[in-house]
Amino acid sequence: MATKILIPTPLRGYTDQLDEVEAEGGTVGELLADLTTRYADLRKHLYAEDGTRRNFVNIYLNDDDIRYLEKDQTPVTADDTVSIIPSVAGGARS
Amino acid sequence: MGRPTLVIQAAAGVRIRRHGQEAYPHECCGALIGRDHVVTEALALPNSTDEGPRRRFLVRPVDYLAAERRATALEAELLGFYHSHPDSPARPSRYDLEHAWPTFAYVILAVDRATPGALTSWRLREDRSAFDEEPVVVAQDAE
Repeated sequence: MATKILIPTPLRGYTDQLDEVEAEGGTVGELLADLTTRYADLRKHLYAEDGTRRNFVNIYLNDDDIRYLEKDQTPVTADDTVSIIPSVAGGARS
Repeated sequence: MGRPTLVIQAAAGVRIRRHGQEAYPHECCGALIGRDHVVTEALALPNSTDEGPRRRFLVRPVDYLAAERRATALEAELLGFYHSHPDSPARPSRYDLEHAWPTFAYVILAVDRATPGALTSWRLREDRSAFDEEPVVVAQDAE
């Protein structure tokens, strides 16, 4: 089952400049695993070296942040849209 | 081959400097919209950090989406983001590096005691190991 994933501007260089792609999976976690298999160079920008998702990477299922749903276990269907939405952060001192 | 120069049109440059001045001693932040390395609009965004706005900035997902929508409405692209470093050099911090997105221009404005100063632009290396500085020019108003 394929579900649509919306790709933000800074990551489109890793998805053949596509702003939306499809991936397979029954949960958000499975979907993202399939996405980063299809587009392997995405992985380092979504996940830290220890495999955890970077905290400024937000994953939305339709209009909802999956942190407030069932996180990576959140079920998805072919009618859903998953979005990768950046938080942009920084600051003067470490 | 040298890096392409980021050109910030005059009105956008004025807006970034004014935003940095008005936000002082806090950090300001906003989006850079344009095309082909030319910034035609600087879109001020709220600094939503809860870690202390004197040394941090955060653009929330909802504001990020507003920036993407604004770029689309202008038939332009989201080229990157700007933020200020109050009383600190216009150089990226380790924290900036850890939170950076690829391909975006990161413009940093130093604001020294409420006076806008040096403005620099940086891009994340592909391996995320560091930023590289790129040439940046703020165009002068023709008038």
